[in-house]
Amino acid sequence: MDLCSFFLSFSGGQPHKRRRTSEPIEIEDRLESLICRVGEKSTSSLESNLEGLAGVLEADLPNYKNKILRILCAVARLLPEKLTVYTTLVGLLNARNYNFGGEFVEAMIRQLKETLKNNLYNEAVYLVRFLSDLVNCHVIAAPSMVAMFENFISVTQEEDVPQVRSDWFVYVVLSCLPWVGKELYEKKDVEMDRLLSQIEGYLKRRVKTHVPMLQVWTAEKPHPQEEYLDCLWAQIQKLKKDRWQERHILRPYIAFDSVLCEALQHNLPPFTPPGHMPDAQYPMPRVIFRMFDYTDAPEGPVMPGSHSVERFVIEENLHCIIKTHWKERKTCAAQLLSYPGKNKIPLNYHIVELAQATEMLYMRLDTMNTTCIDRLINWFSHHLSNFQFRWSWDDWSDCLTVDLEKPKPKFVKEVLEKSMRLSYHQRIVDIVPPTFSALIPAEPLFIYKYEDESASSLPGYAVTVTVGNAIKNRASNEEILTILKEVPNPNQEDDDDEGESFNPLKIEVFLQTLLHLAAKSFSHSFSALGKFHEILKTLTDSDEGKLHILKVVYEVWRNHPQMIAVLVDKMIRTQVVDCAAVANWLFSQDMAHEFTRLFIWEILHSTIRKMNKHVQKIQKELEEAKDKLEKQQHKRVSLFMDKNSEDEEGQLEEQIERLQEKVESAQSEQKNLFLVIFQRFIMLLTEHLVRCETGSVDISTPWYKNCIERLQQIFLMHHVTIQQYMGTLENLLFTAELDHHILAVYQQFCALQL
Amino acid sequence: MSAKLNALNSDSYIDVSQYRDQHFKGNRYEQEKLLKQSNTLYVGNLSFYTTEEQVHELFSKSGDVKRIIIGLDKVKKTACGFCFVEYYTRADAEHAMRFINGTRLDDRIIRTDWDAGFKEGRQYGRGKSGGQVRDEYRQDYDPARGGYGKLAQQHRPTEARNSF
Repeated sequence: MDLCSFFLSFSGGQPHKRRRTSEPIEIEDRLESLICRVGEKSTSSLESNLEGLAGVLEADLPNYKNKILRILCAVARLLPEKLTVYTTLVGLLNARNYNFGGEFVEAMIRQLKETLKNNLYNEAVYLVRFLSDLVNCHVIAAPSMVAMFENFISVTQEEDVPQVRSDWFVYVVLSCLPWVGKELYEKKDVEMDRLLSQIEGYLKRRVKTHVPMLQVWTAEKPHPQEEYLDCLWAQIQKLKKDRWQERHILRPYIAFDSVLCEALQHNLPPFTPPGHMPDAQYPMPRVIFRMFDYTDAPEGPVMPGSHSVERFVIEENLHCIIKTHWKERKTCAAQLLSYPGKNKIPLNYHIVELAQATEMLYMRLDTMNTTCIDRLINWFSHHLSNFQFRWSWDDWSDCLTVDLEKPKPKFVKEVLEKSMRLSYHQRIVDIVPPTFSALIPAEPLFIYKYEDESASSLPGYAVTVTVGNAIKNRASNEEILTILKEVPNPNQEDDDDEGESFNPLKIEVFLQTLLHLAAKSFSHSFSALGKFHEILKTLTDSDEGKLHILKVVYEVWRNHPQMIAVLVDKMIRTQVVDCAAVANWLFSQDMAHEFTRLFIWEILHSTIRKMNKHVQKIQKELEEAKDKLEKQQHKRVSLFMDKNSEDEEGQLEEQIERLQEKVESAQSEQKNLFLVIFQRFIMLLTEHLVRCETGSVDISTPWYKNCIERLQQIFLMHHVTIQQYMGTLENLLFTAELDHHILAVYQQFCALQL
Repeated sequence: MSAKLNALNSDSYIDVSQYRDQHFKGNRYEQEKLLKQSNTLYVGNLSFYTTEEQVHELFSKSGDVKRIIIGLDKVKKTACGFCFVEYYTRADAEHAMRFINGTRLDDRIIRTDWDAGFKEGRQYGRGKSGGQVRDEYRQDYDPARGGYGKLAQQHRPTEARNSF
């Protein structure tokens, strides 16, 4: 145990000069450790630990001031859940060393500017909050903090800037008030009132088109899904009404008031918010997720109301804990469960009561956003697989009384399907009551069209036998192609062509037979696709060929969606089919009856992701080649030019040209993929809307809700990529002529970055 | 500016373990280097009945799986309770180490560890009887892994031996 830790385990020790001459890195690590872990695992109180640490750091200032500054700035940014611990520490240091306090404030301002410049808006919030809490620690003078807030709020007067920009500045100010509202009001109530009134005006005129797209539930009951700024405003209003009495936040500085109030304060330098830059990426708006209220935790401490500021503070802190510790799940769990102040709120109940939470979510499935239902399906099935699939299914027997396309039975069906993937069919049969048999997934068996003698009348049957034997006897690709020439083409009258054009029967005969022989496992099927890649490429040379191969894969494996997904994935990666073909297939009439099943959307999103990764990969290659060329050119300038380096440069330039073309071609393919998808959505939705209108029928069928939310999902899940193509989308597809129901989705999406 | 705090960079779930493959062709340094860059995980304590499909479903939760190789008994050529999972990216494999290691597959707590990379031959158990070494010496009864360990099986009198 090093001297410092030993020293710190006593309460209120004397400051002590370090005489060690260790490696600088070691010292830095030790300082970091001391600071990051202050208060953890100590028998002494937090206050005495802070006092001790302040003493140690004060003594280290002459030698390690910059390191200490760096570490403190970093914890302000990276450990927001321990904000008040570190503001107290800075307060104590400032009281002992006024200059250090000043330098720290300057360093924080520099850091704030950097984070804003780098689009790190979430971290910037923590920095501003830290600065505002420094007012409570007598490090920063209240009037100068108010002045900074005034500068932030003046952003709401800017014209021609995205709403999300002014949103952020308002959010920052409001989110600091739980910490510092009381102090600022005591010192500058007139200015603060003016500030709040300006904020109120802004919030009233703010546009909230984006909200429907982000709500988990479409119903207002039992809990309204509030827009995040509206919710925070309501919470601050209530706090103000309560005269800024905030009782949840841990405030170690209170214990040091007598020391801190003797300290001299610093004024924040005037801070002008950086202007709007076109490439700025402000945080997108959110809707506050609420599912519990005070009635849900009947025993123990009362749940703070949704407009109490405690709710905001607690949610912020829990959020921060998860963000900090996500890599270490045991630590994260420990941190969550040892949350300070947990005895005053029903924390354990709401973290641990998964069964109740699941039950509540199930009950509200009817109005839940489809994307959220997807997540619930994936989470719940995974959860069950870790607990022997034990569940009181009978509690959910209400789902058996409605149409199977309704959200509840659909949810159960998908859960059972996913559960089967993690176990096996008989297991699922065993775990659900017999009444649930209609929801049990089919046994994931291959369906072979040419199975037995009764199929002998089917066209092409004879060839399936020949091909099958050829494959089993390890015939070559050429031999098999020759055999396949025997398959008549139902699309043609005569066969005076070489048999090269699209022949659906040929594809069917070959693929059904091949996949049947390889049906045993994923590996067998992948091996088959690999071995006969040449043949597959030949057969799918045309767009129709690609579509048909997907059709056949579905036909044979329609009871095993997991297999369909992995085969489609393999076929894209080996370029047997392309992404647009998969999209067209999923939206085709043949697949309409499966359109609302989860596996369809998993395949589509996986396809889009592959396309995106492909583009990124080539872009990266291009960047690397450009960097190489630049380095080469720099070398050339310093050394004399010789034939070798000239050649190398020429080669690189050629490579760059080729890669440039590749990138453009990939981006074109990517854009086309999104165009296909959006076009298909528009066609399907328009058809439905027109049909309902002419029939005077309500448009809100389960299918419609599913479809429109799937459209939303495309936008939300791939927003970064889609934003590149907004111009094209707006000009070609999402025009004013579109039905307003469909256009609304596009407008909601645009509103996320406006 | 973007100062990282070493004290906060703990990521213990992705650390390389003490295990080193004794059959690895190369020295310890080379093996460690490969382990630190690997996209491949060894998965142990599987049931003999766990399928490639189940492995794929679970491990796909942390990213796109490139390939799964089910471990086989060298003699019987049947699954013998381990497999390799290869991801396209290291990051996805790291997520598996953080979030799938130590959780259940087919009702059993499975264990994942970094692997230097699949090579032909490594899909076979290295125990004398053909399965994994751990099943040679195991004393407990595990119905999902062939019952008693091979050595323990030899000491148990069989029906045939006792009857005349």
